[in-house]
Amino acid sequence: MELTRFITIGQYLPRSSPVHRLDPRTKIVSATGLLVGLFFVPSFQGFALFAAGVLGTLVLAQVPLGYALRGLRPIAVLLLLTVVLNTFFAAGEPTPELFRLGPLVATQGGLRTAAFVGLRLILLVAVTSLLTFTTSPVELTDGLEWLLRPFRRIGVPAHELAMMMTIALRFIPTLLEETEKIMKAQMARGAEFGSGNIVQRARAFVPVLVPLMVSAFRRSEELALAMEARCYHGGEGRTRMKALRARAADLLASMVVAAFAFLVIRVR
Amino acid sequence: MAEPLIACNDLTHVYLRGTPMESRALEGITLRVSRGEMVAVIGPTGSGKSTLIQHFNGLLRPTSGTVLVEGEDLWAPRTDRRKARRRIGLLFQFPEYQLFEETVRRDVSYGPKNLGLAEPEIEERVEEALAQVGLDPVRFGSRSPFTLSGGEMRRVAMAGVLAMRPSVLVLDEPTAGLDPRGREDLLQTVLSLHGEGMTVVLVTHNMDEAARLATRIIVLEAGRVEMEGTPAEVFADEEALDRIGLGVPQAARLVGMLRRGGIPVGDALSITEARRAIAAALRGWRDGTH
Repeated sequence: MELTRFITIGQYLPRSSPVHRLDPRTKIVSATGLLVGLFFVPSFQGFALFAAGVLGTLVLAQVPLGYALRGLRPIAVLLLLTVVLNTFFAAGEPTPELFRLGPLVATQGGLRTAAFVGLRLILLVAVTSLLTFTTSPVELTDGLEWLLRPFRRIGVPAHELAMMMTIALRFIPTLLEETEKIMKAQMARGAEFGSGNIVQRARAFVPVLVPLMVSAFRRSEELALAMEARCYHGGEGRTRMKALRARAADLLASMVVAAFAFLVIRVR
Repeated sequence: MAEPLIACNDLTHVYLRGTPMESRALEGITLRVSRGEMVAVIGPTGSGKSTLIQHFNGLLRPTSGTVLVEGEDLWAPRTDRRKARRRIGLLFQFPEYQLFEETVRRDVSYGPKNLGLAEPEIEERVEEALAQVGLDPVRFGSRSPFTLSGGEMRRVAMAGVLAMRPSVLVLDEPTAGLDPRGREDLLQTVLSLHGEGMTVVLVTHNMDEAARLATRIIVLEAGRVEMEGTPAEVFADEEALDRIGLGVPQAARLVGMLRRGGIPVGDALSITEARRAIAAALRGWRDGTH
């Protein structure tokens, strides 16, 4: 019964590595660039280089590799399914046959597509995790708010969006903890989760959901009150304790990432 | 000597093992809780008290070591842990947040219903449990738990656990956040339950409560058993308890100060005992035997 243990994707790891110290905007833009670039990697050499780059950055960011790998667990089923389906059905042009499994024919072209899609999926998760491992949720939303600012003119409420995200992210662990606690309290009263048919299972969660809702509403009221007590009135004219500041390292990192992205989509 | 109701042997618990956030919450705990005892578990925040009691009914699995309930190893392959949950009634901190039903009566009946009991038996248990916590079933039974006061809600939650008819009642800081009246009412309820033969484990931050209620005290510090004994034995070591950050009951503090000031006062844990001890010392003074 440790819910937090199973959800490592998107969890911040406090360290003081050079990657952690970068401006969040640098990291968001770099990660986005790399994610887009990933779809243009044309060869296995490109993927190998990309993977090497991600591994190098993980090491630089002092993220234990085993911990990073655990982030892949939630997508394991999806990954397997994609690879299998592609092997049999994504032949494209007629290519030499490899083996048969009943009526299913695995082709060289299919296998190649499967490998590409699989690698892409793994690296997508790796790059995203790299961003969230090294950037605290608050930094992340601060960076996003700044990046969304130009769109305010066309009616995007950048500050409100960022604030909502910050609050939501802030309360995910709290709500998980609360869920765990309420589940345990009801188990102490003989409740059973995860047995019986679907209707019984759903009903078993009512004693968890009701207290959880009640406490979520209570928390949000308390939070609203606490924010108003500190004169919160939206983003207009609000200054920050930790102003975002790009340094020389950020310029350097951006250039390295840009060069790297250019390289991986060119390697054949 | 009868078998202890709860026994922990070399119990160790590590949270988030194998991640960078790994932390050792309990380290080689060995303890016994016997029938009819009222054991207070005291310790500073983060000393592992809540982690420890969640092992008593199998909500947490020991990383190593064993937990036995009435002689049965909870994590042996064929043990039915639900049976342990029935025997060990665990009331979490701020239990009022676990209430969910439309009426008090229905909320208290949640536990017995989970046991699969027949309707008349459930009725009987609900009435009894509400009476045990001092709530009139007629007056409170049909009210929504969300309209009650904090102290009343907490007692409804306690009734919800008592309706399981456990052989041990484990309470995690039952008086936290209550006003003095609610606190006193709740302590009286615990005392009367114990008087009727219930075995109680009480986790508390309040030394006066521990001194007043407990027949035995276990002091936890950083996941280890630091001290263990009767209240008189444990609170005799004021220095050690101060070092842990717990302190001693007010009365013990007072007689300690008098003693350090050169007045030979006997031990005391409650105000009544302190008054007696000081009066005796003063008498001795007047008679010139000092």
